[in-house]
Amino acid sequence: VSVKVVLRNPRREVEVAGNRRVKEVLRELDILPETVLVIRGDDLVTADQLLRDDDTIELRPVMSGGSASRSTSDVRGEPVKERA
Amino acid sequence: VKCRKCGGPAALELRRHNAAFCATDFMEFFRNQVREAIRKHRMFTRDERVLVAVSGGKDSLALWDVLLDEGYDTTGLYLDLGIFDYSVESHAKCEAFAARRGARLIVSRVADEVGGPVPVIKQVTRRPPCSGCGLSKRYLMNRVALEHGLPVVATGHNLDDEAATLFGSVMHWQMDALPRQSPALASTHPKLVRRVKPLYRLSERETAAYAFVRKIDYIVEECPFAKGATSIAHKQILDRMEDASPGAKHNFLFGFLEKARPAFQRAEAVVLQECVRCGQVTTGTVCAFCKLADQVKRAAVGAAPASER
Repeated sequence: VSVKVVLRNPRREVEVAGNRRVKEVLRELDILPETVLVIRGDDLVTADQLLRDDDTIELRPVMSGGSASRSTSDVRGEPVKERA
Repeated sequence: VKCRKCGGPAALELRRHNAAFCATDFMEFFRNQVREAIRKHRMFTRDERVLVAVSGGKDSLALWDVLLDEGYDTTGLYLDLGIFDYSVESHAKCEAFAARRGARLIVSRVADEVGGPVPVIKQVTRRPPCSGCGLSKRYLMNRVALEHGLPVVATGHNLDDEAATLFGSVMHWQMDALPRQSPALASTHPKLVRRVKPLYRLSERETAAYAFVRKIDYIVEECPFAKGATSIAHKQILDRMEDASPGAKHNFLFGFLEKARPAFQRAEAVVLQECVRCGQVTTGTVCAFCKLADQVKRAAVGAAPASER
């Protein structure tokens, strides 16, 4: 038994070990806490909440049209062309 | 974590405010921030009709929701960008929201106005899709407001949007963009309506939480053209700064608005005139929107079989 985690953009599911706090799961998945809503059923849950083994949570990215930001670097900017 | 107001279990922590709220008290916090934004920048009065630009995303629908609850006289505007299934779905979300709230929604199609949808504009201009898309949206919002006699357009830009835009402007020292960045831009010409951003005090996470708690059905999927957009790269950089130092985005944006912005304001004001083609405001003779529409229509004629020309 484990915690089922629903991720978005693209929608996918992963399973992680339960009986620990939300923030530990976010750390394992390399997701910055401020970039997602943590949803369990009809409720939002805070990072200090304990997850049980049969819980399902959704980590919904909060960026408009984006996915959750990672703590490691994956940022690429487009080069800006100078205007003539 | 306990709610700061009632002491019950918290639903959301706001690290930059060093606070946490239960769902009910968070709603009140959220509405207060919108009220404060409207009051501080005199965005609109209860006697004015407000055009709310809605995309089907969390920010604009949350904004419309608050303004309706606050009793403002609002009309929604959905601009159909013609971006495949993404636009079909986001349009449906806006229609469903308007129907549920009994609110009026105007729909305008970019393809009808420019001569082609955003994917075609991207091909024709060979520029990033956000460029022609943003230009079309700004133009159409203003024109629709004028056509319907509404003095002000409200958009769902949040604190993260504004901080990322500011970051981009500073990175490239865009001296013309910096003084224009503001939660409220006054009408400086009879054909230019006021533009306001009542959510500028609220983070993206807060608008998402508001939309979730209010059970607003919004589009979570990303715009297919957003991948690789510079604005998203800037947001990710700011997210890491915020994680290391809560309040970083807030201090960056509010510090600029309160202390730095006046220094970028130019002595000589930009001279606005009316486009000789469409009559809308421009700094030149023909406005950028008409030039874009020309370019798209020319390409369409070039691409059509000879028998149809």
